Amino acid sequence: MVDAGWYMALASALFFIGAVGLLLRRNALVMFMCIELMLNAVNLTLISAGRALNDINGQVAVFFILVVAAAEVVVGLAIIVSIFRLRSSASVDELSEMSG
Amino acid sequence: MTEFLWLIIALPLAGAVVLHFVGRYLGEPLAGWLASAAIGGSFIVALTAAIPFIQGGEHGETLLLWEWMPAIGANLEILWDPLSALMALVVTGVGALIHVFAIGYMHGDGRFGRFFTYLNLFAASMLTLVLAGNYAMLFLGWELVGLCSYLLIGFWFTKEGPPPAAKKAFVVNRIGDFGFMIGLMIVFTTFGTLSYAGVFDRAGDVLTTGLATAIGLLFLVGAAGKSAQIPLYVWLPDAMEGPTPVSALIHAATMVTAGVYVIARSAAIFELSTAAQVTVATIGALTAIWAASIALAQRDIKKVLAYSTISQLGYMFLAVGATAYVAGIFHLMTHAFFKALLFLGAGSVIHAMNDEQDMHKMGGLLKKMPVTAWTMGIATIAIAGIPPLAGFWSKDEILASAFARGGWFSALWVVGLLTALITAFYMTRQWVLVFLGEPRWDENASPHESPRVMTVPLVVLAALSVIGGLVNTPFRLTLEHFLEPAFEMVTLQHPPEGLGMFGLLAGLSVLAGLAGAGAAFVAYRQPREGWGSFEHAFEPLWGTWEEAYRVDDLYGRLIVAPGRRVAEIAAFDVDLPVIDGAVNGVARLVRGVGDWARPLQTGFVRNYGALLLAGTVVVVVWLVMGS
Repeated sequence: MVDAGWYMALASALFFIGAVGLLLRRNALVMFMCIELMLNAVNLTLISAGRALNDINGQVAVFFILVVAAAEVVVGLAIIVSIFRLRSSASVDELSEMSG
Repeated sequence: MTEFLWLIIALPLAGAVVLHFVGRYLGEPLAGWLASAAIGGSFIVALTAAIPFIQGGEHGETLLLWEWMPAIGANLEILWDPLSALMALVVTGVGALIHVFAIGYMHGDGRFGRFFTYLNLFAASMLTLVLAGNYAMLFLGWELVGLCSYLLIGFWFTKEGPPPAAKKAFVVNRIGDFGFMIGLMIVFTTFGTLSYAGVFDRAGDVLTTGLATAIGLLFLVGAAGKSAQIPLYVWLPDAMEGPTPVSALIHAATMVTAGVYVIARSAAIFELSTAAQVTVATIGALTAIWAASIALAQRDIKKVLAYSTISQLGYMFLAVGATAYVAGIFHLMTHAFFKALLFLGAGSVIHAMNDEQDMHKMGGLLKKMPVTAWTMGIATIAIAGIPPLAGFWSKDEILASAFARGGWFSALWVVGLLTALITAFYMTRQWVLVFLGEPRWDENASPHESPRVMTVPLVVLAALSVIGGLVNTPFRLTLEHFLEPAFEMVTLQHPPEGLGMFGLLAGLSVLAGLAGAGAAFVAYRQPREGWGSFEHAFEPLWGTWEEAYRVDDLYGRLIVAPGRRVAEIAAFDVDLPVIDGAVNGVARLVRGVGDWARPLQTGFVRNYGALLLAGTVVVVVWLVMGS
């Protein structure tokens, strides 16, 4: 059995990559993918913790997160597509009208 | 009969309310007749209710209208005794005649209805004042007549003169009111009540001479404001900016007599302080001669009468100061007759001369306006104190009483005698300048006699000026018997006993009157150059008199200018920087914070994302550390 710690390390690396990507990428779709990456990193953490502690609740939580992620993707993509149709650009830097 | 007394106040009050709402729709002349009917009705009620007093001996009663502030003795109650009855009769009787006159005078005015609303309101207020049974109700009426005076002086507020005149009247009056109020406070703290019954019955027991003097002097301040005595008379000449019926009613016959009435009513208090009496009488005599000298040199027909009113009010103050209360009230009554007549006559002249008021531009009007001329002539003779007209009896009773009192009052008698001479002079001067001689008016004026609605009141007042004095001659003291019950608690000053002394004093004043009238007749009968050089001969005195001793200028420099400076400092150096600064400063502070916080909202999604992440890290760290 591989030590749970390695899975945690992988998960945190994925999370970190996702976070940095979220901050540094301008394309809305790529930012969305980074968010998915972060969500999945958390999923991995929960499953490996469940395995390590021999608790089924870890996998149950993952199910919840998967459902929420799916719903969020639907809504988010709909918004991005309509913005793209309006502006023919997916750069989030251009969406800065609501500024002070 | 007492149950109906409230009608006396209620009728003109109702008239004012009705006219306020429908006056514009009633229009000319119906609004005027309605107002006249209201005050005429009051006169009839007052007359009927006064019959018991005429028969003699009745003491009068109090009618409670409404419990206003019973704890301090201030209810809405009417005291109906001979004094208030007489005042009410004068106010409503002369007032009704003036209302009728005004129907003609205010013809064509755009705010005809509003004028009569104010006149009725004034009548109701004045009647509240004279019929009051306690000082609080009196003060209510006192303030209301001041308000009506303001509204009526400033009636033609689109012209340049009236608004400042109205303000001046109100402000100067307020100064008097201040003194009056302090006096009332002393009365209240001493007696625990403001009702006449509570005060006058116990005055002798409760008041020390010092307190009585204090109250008396403070009441004098109030009376000097309302009745235009030194030093608070300056508003009355300016008040001539109002329509002439207003000058006749308020500034001759009624409102200005309120001060005399208050002192007469408070006789029980003045009885206890010789100092207050002397002060009142001295102010009166001084004002009489001061104002008479100013009247001498005036060119405006109404200004002569304004200063004449101030002067005659001085006589009334001399009387009540010498505790000759009946004499003072008697002169109040006769003065109402002939002064109202003089003002209405002047109004008739002004009306005929297309609003010209400069006597230098009149002359030769006798043939054009005979009724006005002859009635004003009668009034002139009356005010000059020529027997057997009204002014002689009342003025002489005052002078003789002052003489009889002796001491300092004899000196005041001399002042009064001199004033009588001057009075006869300036009144004759006025009559001659206006009605005799060569016409000096512009071609576009076409003088004509006034309509009957204006001349009939003149005739009635002239008749009263002739016979009005006969109610109180040394041969038959009818008025004194009438008023006796009201002055029981004080000792009245009388003229000297015996016809011989009275005859001598009377003869002297008649001589003074004839001398003054004769001199004026001779001087002003001449053509213009003649009286021009006559007036010039008295320079620089004549100029000083014409400028009213430049008192307004003095007050302006002494009081008004510093007051305005204080107001400027308060407005621009305190209110603007400090208070406005504080309020605006708070707004600026808020805006400043907003200006600092606004750049936080960049609108960039990635900024928000970064902040989100940073915040999350902080929370997690804090949670981890906490556990």
